[in-house]
Amino acid sequence: MSSITVTPSRRGFSFAEYLTCLNGIVWREALRFLHQRERFVSALVRPLVWLFIFAAGFRQVLGISIIPPYETYILYEVYIAPGLMAMIQLFNGMQSSLSMVYDREMGNMRTLLVSPLPRGYLLFCKLLAGTAVSLLQVYAFLVIAWLWDITPPPIGYLTVLPALVLSGLMLGALGMLISSGIKQLENFAGVMNFVIFPMFFASSALYPLWRVQEGSPMLYYVCQLNPFTHAVELIRFALYGQTNWISLAVVAGCTAVFMIGAILAYDPSRGLARRGPAGGET
Amino acid sequence: MWRRCLVSGTVLWLAAAAPASAFMAYVSNEKGNTVSVIDTDSWTVTKTIKVGQRPRGIEFSRDGKFVMVAVGDDDTIQVIDAKKQEVVDTLPSGPDPELFAQDAAGKVMYVANENDNTVTVIDLEKRARIGDVQVGVEPEGMTISPDGKILINTSETTNMAHFIDTSTRQIVANVLVDARPRFAEFKHDGSELWVSSEIGGTVSIIDPVKHVVTGKVTFSIPGLRSEAIQPVGIGMTKDDKTAFVALGPANRVAVVDAVSHKVTKYLLVGQRVWHMAFTPDEKYLLVTNGVSNDVSVIDVAAQKVTKTIQVGELPWGVTIAPQ
Repeated sequence: MSSITVTPSRRGFSFAEYLTCLNGIVWREALRFLHQRERFVSALVRPLVWLFIFAAGFRQVLGISIIPPYETYILYEVYIAPGLMAMIQLFNGMQSSLSMVYDREMGNMRTLLVSPLPRGYLLFCKLLAGTAVSLLQVYAFLVIAWLWDITPPPIGYLTVLPALVLSGLMLGALGMLISSGIKQLENFAGVMNFVIFPMFFASSALYPLWRVQEGSPMLYYVCQLNPFTHAVELIRFALYGQTNWISLAVVAGCTAVFMIGAILAYDPSRGLARRGPAGGET
Repeated sequence: MWRRCLVSGTVLWLAAAAPASAFMAYVSNEKGNTVSVIDTDSWTVTKTIKVGQRPRGIEFSRDGKFVMVAVGDDDTIQVIDAKKQEVVDTLPSGPDPELFAQDAAGKVMYVANENDNTVTVIDLEKRARIGDVQVGVEPEGMTISPDGKILINTSETTNMAHFIDTSTRQIVANVLVDARPRFAEFKHDGSELWVSSEIGGTVSIIDPVKHVVTGKVTFSIPGLRSEAIQPVGIGMTKDDKTAFVALGPANRVAVVDAVSHKVTKYLLVGQRVWHMAFTPDEKYLLVTNGVSNDVSVIDVAAQKVTKTIQVGELPWGVTIAPQ
C-alpha cells in the first residue's frame, strides 16, 4: 500500500480542531485502558510485588545513611517507592509503544494518521494520552503505598504531579521512538530485554548511586548517564516538595530529543516506519 | 473601626510570621569530648563546646541557667553557663560519674559513680559533696519520684533498682530486674517506675509502693535478632499515656502505650540510639544516635522521625532548656 500523505490546508487549524483531535486520542486511550482491567491490575501488581516482597527482603539494607531529599533514616520500601512509580511509567510508556505496533499491524493506525493535523501533534496527543493513563496508575500505587506506611508530606502528592507528567512524556516518547523501529509485535520481547530491564536496573530506582559507586565505579557512570535515573530522582525530589534541577534538565532535554526523534521516525518521507510494517500503512 | 481591624490584622500577621519558640538542646558527645548545642528552630548545631573527657550524663539546672555534664574520665561534673556557652565551674563527684538526678527545687544533686559503687550527694548551692550512698555494682540509672521522697538508682552488674529514701539517704528496697539495668523513669503521677534492661531486652514496670515488678514491656522487630534489641533511654509524655524507649543497636525507638504496656510502633533512627529528651512543649523528642554521630528528631504527635542532625563523635545524652 502506498503511503498516505496529507497536506494540511493553508488556513491552518483552529484551537477547537486541535482540541477535538486531542480529545479523540485521549478518549480512545482511556477507553482502551478501562476495557483492559487486567492491564490496570497488572500495572499495579508489578510495583506492589517489588514493594511487598522484594523490599521486605532488603529492609535492613538502608537505614545507615541519609541522602537528599530525605532528612532522616528511611526504610528500604520508602526508598524504592519513587523508583517503582517511575517503573510504572516506564512499563506504561513501553506498553503504549506496543499498542502503536499493534495498531500498525491491525491497521488501526491508518485512522489516526489520515487526520489532516500535523503528524507531530498527533504523536504528541498520543503521548499525552499515555502519560495520563500512567498518572492514574501511579496515583493508585501511591494510595496503596500510603497504607503500607510510605507517607510523603501531603504537599508531595501535588508537587510530584508535574514531575510525573514530564517523566511520563519522556518515557512515552522513548517508547514511541523504539516502536517506530519495531516491525512486528513479536519483536517486542526484545524491548523488554534490551530497554526496560537495563534501564530499570542500571538506575537509582532500587539502590542509591553511592552504593553502586562502592561496588562498581563504571556502573555508577552508566547509571548517571541513564535518563531513567534522572526520571526517578526528579520524582523522588518532587515527592518531598523539592526540585532536583539536574534531573529536571536531563529529563526535559531527553523528552525533547526522544520526541523529535519519534516525529522524524514516524515521518513517512524519511522515518524508520516507512520501511514497511506488516500492516502496511504509512 | 477600620483602624482597629488594621491593627489587629497586623498583630495577627506578626504573630503568625514570628518563628516558633526555639529551644536549645545540649548533646554530650562521649568520644568527641564536646557538647553540641542545637537550635530547635533551625535544627542546626549552633555551637560546639569543648568539655572534659568522656561526657555522658547531661542535664539543665532547674533554673535553666546552667548545663551540668558528667565527664567520666575526669571524675567530675562540669557546669556550662548556658548564656556564655562555656564551662564555668565543676562539681565534686566520685570516680567516673555517669548519670545524675536533681531534686525538684534544684538544690540537691545525686550522681551515680560507675567505678566505686556509690551515689554521691551534692549540695548545688554550696557546690559541695555532702554525702554518699553505697549501692550495687556499676550504678547508672538515676531518677527521683515525683514527690521527691525516693531516689532510684539502677546498678548495671547487680541487676537491681535501689530505692533510696532521700531524707535518710538509706536504701529502703531493692528490686531485681533483667540484666544490665540502664535507665529509670517514673510516670508523672508516680504510679509506676519503668526500668530498662539493656541485656535483658525488656523494660520492667515496678510498683513503687509494693516494690515489685508488675509487668514487662517486651520488644520484637521483624528481621532483627533479639540480642540487637537493647532498651536504654526512656521518655514518658506528661499525660503518662505514651512512652518512647530507645533500643540501642536495633536503631529503633519503640513507641509504647504506657497504659497497656504494649509497643504500638517502631521508629527508624540512627545507629545505637541511646538517650532522649522532650522539648518543653512536648512537640518533639530528640534522641542521640551514638554510632552514626547524629541526633534524630521525632514529631511526638505524629510519631514520626522528621529530621536527623549531625553532631559530634558518639553522642550520648541530651537535655533541652526549660522554658
